[in-house]
Amino acid sequence: MASRDDIKFLSNPKIGQKRDKYCRFKRFGIKHIDYKDPDFLLQFVNEQGKLLPRRITGNSLKYQRKIATAVKRARHLAMLPYLTDQLK
Amino acid sequence: MRQYEVTFIVDPVLSDEEIKSTLQTYQEMLTNEGCKIVHTEEMGLKQLAYPIKRRNSGVYYCIEFQLEAPSFLDKLELSLRRDERVMRFLTISLDKFGVKYNEDKRNGLIGKKRTEDEKGSDAKKSEPKKVVADEKEVVKKVVAAKQVLEAVKESDSAASQEEE
Repeated sequence: MASRDDIKFLSNPKIGQKRDKYCRFKRFGIKHIDYKDPDFLLQFVNEQGKLLPRRITGNSLKYQRKIATAVKRARHLAMLPYLTDQLK
Repeated sequence: MRQYEVTFIVDPVLSDEEIKSTLQTYQEMLTNEGCKIVHTEEMGLKQLAYPIKRRNSGVYYCIEFQLEAPSFLDKLELSLRRDERVMRFLTISLDKFGVKYNEDKRNGLIGKKRTEDEKGSDAKKSEPKKVVADEKEVVKKVVAAKQVLEAVKESDSAASQEEE
């Protein structure tokens, strides 16, 4: 009789579990978002260059606002496109 | 006393001297007003994400300065707007976090894709090795950038000639 520890699951039980989202700015203590760093800001826009919502990135409201301004500034300086396809 | 930052894009078709004189004009303008220029960053020639005035690239400059009287910003922006050499500009006021961020960036504490906590500890440990590697990279980058610059200038000037 196999003990409970020996039982192998047929499928990975972790699949389907929610991954915890967190605000990276709060967790790593980043206080300022640089608008001159388009590579960093690229993480917060989708393929069309639109801002990703908070429910996907997991940012807190405070930093989501800051990201929004930073992306808009970067767009003004032609570091990010206003509209495009296949950005990534 | 607040700290401001003005970033502007200069037309890449101009000659090197003209591009540098553009920067000098604004540096002198700021010093004449009694501003303390904290730092001038030359970000160099970059591809634009979308064409501005039919140019696909631009020379980026960023001046960080301290200013007593905010009314001077209007004058500065007006002259930037009137300047034909400048394609685009952006003036922002920095909060205390922005000031600290720029300072850290100048001291090489901020690298790409690393968080601030790691930066502080890692930078101290691996400083001497990094400097050598960085210098080599910089030289490579400069050479590559020069080639790009020449190529772009040729294509841009050709384009402008066609327009004329």
